[in-house]
Amino acid sequence: MPKLTIDGTEIEVEAGVTILQAAETIGIEIPRFCYHERLAVAGNCRMCLVEVEKMPKPVASCAMPVGEGMVVHTNNANVRKARQGVMEFLLINHPLDCPICDQGGECDLQDQAMTYGGDRSRYQEEKRAVEDKDYGPLIQTWMTRCIQCTRCIRFISEIAGTPVLGGLGRSEHLEIGRYVGAAVSSELSGNLIDLCPVGALTNKPASYTYRAWELKKTESVDAMDALGSAIRVDTRGNEVVRILPRVNDDINEEWLSDRSRFAIDGLKRQRLDRAYVRKDGKLAATSWSDAFAAIAGKVKGVAGSKIAAIAGDQTDVETMQALKDLLIALGSGNMDCRQDGAKLALGNRAGYLFNSTIAGIEEADALLIIGSNPRVEAPVLNARIRKRWLKGGFKAAVIGPKTDLTFQHDWLGDQASILAAIVAGTHPFAEVLKNANKPAIILGQGALAREDGAAILALAGKLAEASGVIKDGWNGFNVLHTAASRVGGLDVGFVPQAGGKDTAGIIAGAASGDISVVFLAGADEVDMKGFGNAFVVYLGTHGDAGAHRADVVLPTAAYTEKSATYVNTEGRVQRTRLAIFPPGEAKEDWKVIRALSDALDKPLAFDTVKQLRERMIASNSVFAGEGVVKAAAWTGVGTEGALSDTPLASAIDNFYMVDPISRASKTMAECTAEFGGGCGCNSKKKTGTHG
Amino acid sequence: MLRDQDRIFTNLYGIHDWRLKGAQSRGDWDDTKALLAKGRDAIIEEVKTSGLRGRGGAGFGTGMKWSFMPKTEGARPHYLVINADEGEPGTCKDREIMRFDPHKLVEGALLAAFAIGAHASYIYIRGEFVREAEHLQVAIDEAYAAGLIGKNACGSGWDFDLYVHRGAGAYICGEESALIESLEGKKGQPRLKPPFPAGVGLYGCPTTVNNVESIAVVPAILRRSGAWFAGLGRAKNSGTKLFCISGHVNKPCNVEEEMGISFRELIDKHCGGIRGGWDNLMGVIPGGSSTPVLTREVIENCPMDFDGLREAGSGLGTAAVIVMDKSTDIVRAITRLSRFYKHESCGQCTPCREGTGWMWRMMERMDKGCATIEEIDLLQQVTKQVEGHTICALGDAAAWPIQGLIRNFRPEIEKKIRARNSSAA
Amino acid sequence: MSTEHDMTSFAFTPENLETAKKIIAKYPAGRQQSAVMPLLDLAQRQVGWTSLAVIEYIAEMLEMAPIRVQEVVTFYTMYNQQPVGQYHVQVCTNICCLLRGSDGVGETARETLGVQWGETTADGKFTLVEVECLGACVNAPMMQINDDYYEDLTPESTKAVLEALKRGETPAPGPQGGRQFSAPEGGPTTLLGDLTFGPEKA
Repeated sequence: MPKLTIDGTEIEVEAGVTILQAAETIGIEIPRFCYHERLAVAGNCRMCLVEVEKMPKPVASCAMPVGEGMVVHTNNANVRKARQGVMEFLLINHPLDCPICDQGGECDLQDQAMTYGGDRSRYQEEKRAVEDKDYGPLIQTWMTRCIQCTRCIRFISEIAGTPVLGGLGRSEHLEIGRYVGAAVSSELSGNLIDLCPVGALTNKPASYTYRAWELKKTESVDAMDALGSAIRVDTRGNEVVRILPRVNDDINEEWLSDRSRFAIDGLKRQRLDRAYVRKDGKLAATSWSDAFAAIAGKVKGVAGSKIAAIAGDQTDVETMQALKDLLIALGSGNMDCRQDGAKLALGNRAGYLFNSTIAGIEEADALLIIGSNPRVEAPVLNARIRKRWLKGGFKAAVIGPKTDLTFQHDWLGDQASILAAIVAGTHPFAEVLKNANKPAIILGQGALAREDGAAILALAGKLAEASGVIKDGWNGFNVLHTAASRVGGLDVGFVPQAGGKDTAGIIAGAASGDISVVFLAGADEVDMKGFGNAFVVYLGTHGDAGAHRADVVLPTAAYTEKSATYVNTEGRVQRTRLAIFPPGEAKEDWKVIRALSDALDKPLAFDTVKQLRERMIASNSVFAGEGVVKAAAWTGVGTEGALSDTPLASAIDNFYMVDPISRASKTMAECTAEFGGGCGCNSKKKTGTHG
Repeated sequence: MLRDQDRIFTNLYGIHDWRLKGAQSRGDWDDTKALLAKGRDAIIEEVKTSGLRGRGGAGFGTGMKWSFMPKTEGARPHYLVINADEGEPGTCKDREIMRFDPHKLVEGALLAAFAIGAHASYIYIRGEFVREAEHLQVAIDEAYAAGLIGKNACGSGWDFDLYVHRGAGAYICGEESALIESLEGKKGQPRLKPPFPAGVGLYGCPTTVNNVESIAVVPAILRRSGAWFAGLGRAKNSGTKLFCISGHVNKPCNVEEEMGISFRELIDKHCGGIRGGWDNLMGVIPGGSSTPVLTREVIENCPMDFDGLREAGSGLGTAAVIVMDKSTDIVRAITRLSRFYKHESCGQCTPCREGTGWMWRMMERMDKGCATIEEIDLLQQVTKQVEGHTICALGDAAAWPIQGLIRNFRPEIEKKIRARNSSAA
Repeated sequence: MSTEHDMTSFAFTPENLETAKKIIAKYPAGRQQSAVMPLLDLAQRQVGWTSLAVIEYIAEMLEMAPIRVQEVVTFYTMYNQQPVGQYHVQVCTNICCLLRGSDGVGETARETLGVQWGETTADGKFTLVEVECLGACVNAPMMQINDDYYEDLTPESTKAVLEALKRGETPAPGPQGGRQFSAPEGGPTTLLGDLTFGPEKA
């Protein structure tokens, strides 16, 4: 452990640490543009120059490892002079357009110019103008503002694994650009905007709509996929202006997928802002009380066994707890949170969780992916797997769709029988798993939401038990969910109660008349035609499939409009926070159900969210531990059975359109038109990553 | 003057046969096996004794550089990379070695590679030297065919492969880490140091990068002894050196001379004197375009070696002596160099990318007189803002010629500004 | 060399494909990216310039992202990003040539060919460009035409070389004034003795 002196303070740090990192440990922040702790060191901006005694020239502190006995000055006259020089160079060709720049107010260059910039320019020559580039519907380029720090190139190459950006030309003509034949269509491309230290890459859909300082910032949790990434919801008035990732090293580090970030215009479009009742075949706006009366008129006197409920993919735990209580009060056990019919193990929590944890996947040294395309199902997780692969000593294979996952893997085929062969030990990948220290399996919804899902689950469980995927101190059996609601629904037990029907049973029942009332809690991805003559009550946010089929529509709040509990694919209990109010007369879902219970003369036993959450904890103690993952005990999963020869596919065929919010988003529609379903699946353009 | 017997590059002018037979007749490849038999340490010691300093411009001790390589080969192979990316304006010496004495380089490569424990070596030659690369390849092919290199080179038991790699037009690739990047198939952008190539070089492996001339003199040093080489020139500035004298001398030429020869002797003996006589001498760039220009007073009797020219406020660089007589528009000449550095900046780091353009534009205005006297000081400040703040030495190289101009020829700039201002008035 | 190159497709000739394989073999296994520069050169020699088709072909051959190849193409000056004439005339105007009269060489070249810097003659035969130091400074001024250097130029000899090319002749490269390469004019001042058997050993 070398000892060194930084600005008069003697410290001891780990060998190999850079001067910049060492300074950070004692609270000295050294200015930088190109340096980013999650990217390779470039050392090109020269803003972080410091003076090290006995070295002839100032050194870039981001790149210089500490040495024993170094005496470092991070802020003396020489250093300031050097930085002032660098700052002047950065500014000579940078436009003075801060007043109209979206980065204004949160621009590293602007901030540091306050410290190191002059009060006027000494540059009398013509300024450089750089042609803007077309990066697609998400990123607006203002290339004249670019300071060539290359963070974007490094991110897209290293983290995203879609190397389409590069530095073209040289000298003062060095321009950052994309390969002409390729689209900037990484599912993580929005992170480029966050990484850009200036206003060269800005949020295109939000262009010119805000100034950073006007925004109210609400820390929350994403519900657009099952990872539960940490987000910050920036709002102005009652409008979400943008969503940014927050740092959470356990989940998303500091990245966010493009759907989670850019689908927000879908929060404003096609929203249900009041109740509707179907009259003469058409939905007519009505009051809450009339809507409740209409429901009560249908429900009262109907046997409990003829009532059912299905929860959708973004439904929070509170809603499912309340709806479950209501159905039980009505005498019904017909409920399911698996609208896709995934054959998930009930009662065996480890059987439906991503047990290694997201961060834990970095410990795995072998990985078998079954029926999943993590790149489109959970791009941030995919980046983790890529990060793991980049470290070396990692072997991955896929049974499922053949795609570019951005990390090297063997594609074994798309037949479930291959999994059986691995289990039987007749496939070579069986050896790979057996010989690994920490082997892992990722089981996608594409493998479970099919006829033979239970059989595949059983095989995967068997393989896990036999190959050391599950052993003391390691559980690499990972179910990758695509729905934010799913684990919470399983945890709260929103599944068929004794004698109750599951999703398929409910639909069949509705078609045959055995079920006459169906509650859809944000469920839009079931076959609406299957409900026959049943009376459908839709609780939800958007005029999507469910609302179109419904007889009564009850408007509720989206994840940005409520404090609600979600459990991510790892089993981590997290809560969103209210950033804006739901539109019009829409209300938080659980409150709607609570009020409805009164109208149905079955008043539920809670009046506040606090009481409701106590109720949740009482039904499952996992809800008591917010933010943490508790290892779950393993018991067997699945039911052995025959395998189908239908090819295993991903549960998601268009990354940009998955749920009512993203389907309502114009931005996502533009992405679909421009990029296809995301370059992991059916890309229209070359990604530039072949090879 | 250096005796002909002490000259190493005996076919400098391409008068004789450059191929293997001719080279052998001039002493190349004469019992190279015996030289290798001295062993690794002895070879490095001999080169250290010779006092040979790198001939590519920086003047770092060659033997010392070799000794930085790991003593034994670990999991990572060692590489010798030979820098033949000759591009410093004024410099054209390596070209002559490669086209007229290529076997000296090939033999030197074997000896140097053996000394640093490398079984493979790449010669990175600038792309424009197509014919020179052809000669080099012929020489390499001849050496392979004769068993001088390849498996069991010269019967020494040492396997050695040598490859020519052509560049494609980028001055910056003469910088050793940029050269390595380029050799790896990337843009030639210099790397951050540390780590240095001896630790992490080509393909992340221990690598030594040497200039063509440094390598090509090694066989002579080992044959005749380090002491012989050290006996030429001055202390710490020993040996012979190829000088490239261009510009306003009566007979521009390349010549091998003793280190430390005075400028006056160099010019009078080999170049037929200054065009128009010594009184017509205006200034001299003594070591390639990156070294500051000196006035006659300072350079006339200056010893032409590393320390002599450093003390004079410039540098030996590549020993490319650019002579300017009084007909020279020296502001224009330096402006042309500024344009060169702007063009050749790799664009990676801020001070060089932005500073070279700014300096060049100001120089263009100075050249036309479209400037104010005060702006000369601003220009000087900008050069100081670039100098010492960049990843590689190109920033310094771009700053120094301008600093030399301002230091020694400021009145010439002012004259242009005044002339312009009075004609405008 | 063809300037009529189909932009949408490129492939090495069978002969060049063999050469390419030999080039790739010069580098360690897994380091095939090192071959990108020589392969681009080979492709350019085949079709005259490095089109996007060339970039993509070589990217695939070397398992590189096309952007990485494009970076290389745009970084180095010798890759022609547009087609050039049959004779690529590159006149050095850097300091040593400037001091010895490159203004006159450039002017003569422009007049003789009837084009400005950066232009190609109407017949597609000559492209004239101004370049940085080509490393023949003691033989300044000079120009490179395709692979050959023409040195010690005067306006007259510049014109003579270009006119000869126009006529379809192949003028001899090297110093145009007749001196022995980089030796002083009139003959060497050194190495005058008989050196056939090598210098004495100390």
